[in-house]
Amino acid sequence: MGLLSGPEENPAADSGWGHDHARKGFFTDTSICIGCKACEVACKEWNRNPQDGDLKILGSSYDNTGSLGANTWRHVAFVEQKKDRIEEARESGRKLVSLGMPTIGPRSGAAAPGGRAGEDFTGVDTTPPDTPEFRWLMSSDVCKHCTHAGCLDVCPTGALFRTEFGTVVVQSDICNGCGTCVGGCPFGVIERRDDGTVSPKEDRGRVQQEVPNKGTANKCTLCYDRLVEGEEPACAKTCPTTSIKFGDRSDMVEQAHERVAQLHAQGMTEARLYGANPEDGVGGTGSVFLLLDEPEVYGLPPDPQVPTADLPHMYRTAAVAMGGMLVATALAFLGGRR
Amino acid sequence: MTHSEYDEYRPPEPPRRRRGGRGAGPGGKGKRRRDLTESGGDGSREMAMVEDVEFESYYGRPVVKAPPWETPIGIYLFVGGLAGASGLLQAGAALTGNTELRRSARLVAIAAVGVGTPALVIDLGRPERFLHMMRVFKVSSPMSLGTWILSSYASGAAMTAANEVDRLTGERLPFGPLRPLLRLAEGPSAVLQGVMGAPLAAYTAVLLGDTAVPTWNAARHGLPFVFVSSASLAAGGMAMALTSQKNAGPARLLAAAGVIGDIVGMHFTKSRMHPLESEPLEEGTPGKLLTWAERLAVAGGIGTLLARRSRTVAVASGLALAGASALTRFGVLHAGHESVKDPRRVMIPQKDRLEKRRAAGITDDSITTGW
Repeated sequence: MGLLSGPEENPAADSGWGHDHARKGFFTDTSICIGCKACEVACKEWNRNPQDGDLKILGSSYDNTGSLGANTWRHVAFVEQKKDRIEEARESGRKLVSLGMPTIGPRSGAAAPGGRAGEDFTGVDTTPPDTPEFRWLMSSDVCKHCTHAGCLDVCPTGALFRTEFGTVVVQSDICNGCGTCVGGCPFGVIERRDDGTVSPKEDRGRVQQEVPNKGTANKCTLCYDRLVEGEEPACAKTCPTTSIKFGDRSDMVEQAHERVAQLHAQGMTEARLYGANPEDGVGGTGSVFLLLDEPEVYGLPPDPQVPTADLPHMYRTAAVAMGGMLVATALAFLGGRR
Repeated sequence: MTHSEYDEYRPPEPPRRRRGGRGAGPGGKGKRRRDLTESGGDGSREMAMVEDVEFESYYGRPVVKAPPWETPIGIYLFVGGLAGASGLLQAGAALTGNTELRRSARLVAIAAVGVGTPALVIDLGRPERFLHMMRVFKVSSPMSLGTWILSSYASGAAMTAANEVDRLTGERLPFGPLRPLLRLAEGPSAVLQGVMGAPLAAYTAVLLGDTAVPTWNAARHGLPFVFVSSASLAAGGMAMALTSQKNAGPARLLAAAGVIGDIVGMHFTKSRMHPLESEPLEEGTPGKLLTWAERLAVAGGIGTLLARRSRTVAVASGLALAGASALTRFGVLHAGHESVKDPRRVMIPQKDRLEKRRAAGITDDSITTGW
């Protein structure tokens, strides 16, 4: 049985799968994302996800998708920033690096404290390059496939389960749509699918479409059906810039560390990783991201905690409350006899 | 520069604060985003008609989602609590030989379960699959525990209520040869109903606390106290309304204790929350519901003190207490839904707690790392 919180090496093995199953995951490197949304399209096509929303322009740069949800399992965020915000991002990234973490600057590989092999910045010019006047941040968001998945922990039917790849998947024929998982997710990813046909007559261009798995919870499966066939997920397969990488989670984290060091060496101190820390509130995510600003700029929570981590404490509080209720009732009967 | 009166159609633009001006949002941490085009109020440039976003969020979009729990769940939160505390009342009444109070409590309990269980089923996305809840017993899921608590409670409540109704109708129900068995099961059923009573009243608080919805999650330290108190005052109130003054003593006392626990519990709960997380409990529609819940609870609580003398007062204050409990549940439910709409309620408390941990020297548990 898996843990509720804290570092956990192999969630798949701890869920009863054998130890020969490697955990799979994404590494989304947003620094090379070009915002083509091919991942969104590939995901929709492969998983036959119905249309989301009414095809309206949302007025948020090129993002007219909105957010992750029952019908949208990949979502490309577009953020437009001016010079001052870029400098702030660079500064906040620099602070992050100095938080007791390995420092940037003269440091020679694995020999230095906190250094990594093959990482020698001696003699490398780490002065930031000229700050551009404007930048466009693009980031393809997806289910995090958490080590401690809130949705999975609170699911009362067993519809959500941990696969042999360490991912979290809904069995749509089991889910009864109680919605508990929706609140259990600290990233707002999973959602219950409505019938999807609520639209006024004015949408004449709207195609009447089949909506599978109505009323059940839906989210990214990390293309479980492709993985069992030895294929990679549709979004990673289609990504033209390899911004979305797929593989063993340990390799992904390793690549992420290398890439962030590389960007730091180029003076891009705004680069940082999201989800690579096994000590964080969800025990590290299966989908690791490289971001170029604070997570909240991309709509990602800055300090997500799986609610279930505090469940033992909540049960204790409830036990105290129940005890109080019993005592109050007993006293009421003792006092009420007179 | 001259102005003709025709220039006056354009209303004066409020001064737009410069970037870097702190204190825009509650907590003083809000940051604003400037438009790419500076606006000019003199008509020489395009004027921005949209207010600046006050926080560096992603277009002000929600970060977490609230569960799709609507009115039926609000009703269930109320009647589930009512049933739970009635379970304790009937057990106490049975032990002390108070037959009238026992009967009232059992009838209230079965009515509450009768309303609550269908309400739960209706709110499912696939109601026909409600039995899938019984596939697993899962301690990490408050919803799963609640399912088993409710179903065992309901079995007990059905048996005790069947006995009461049978006696009430002068044994005219067609039980035939099964009647002795029914009577035999009455004792154990009453025990089951009593044992499951408190958990039934309390688990819903854990269910709400164990979510990423900011207001519910932050309320987890105190919500169980609010919910058991709210259940007690509702059950005490209903029993008080349905029982003669002579036999309703314990119900009155339980209701009075519930009122005190409810009000103290709510204030304690809010005191442990970030201002941004507790605001939805105080503002807007949920705030109004909770204010009225408190007023009704106080009125009903005062009524319990006078209810010994007048049945009319007993009925009125009993109904007021039940109303207070219902309003409390709907208030808390809607406050949660309200709290996910504004990303600041998620982002700022999280940033604050992260900063606090960093200030305390804990720097190894952030999801964002610079290496």
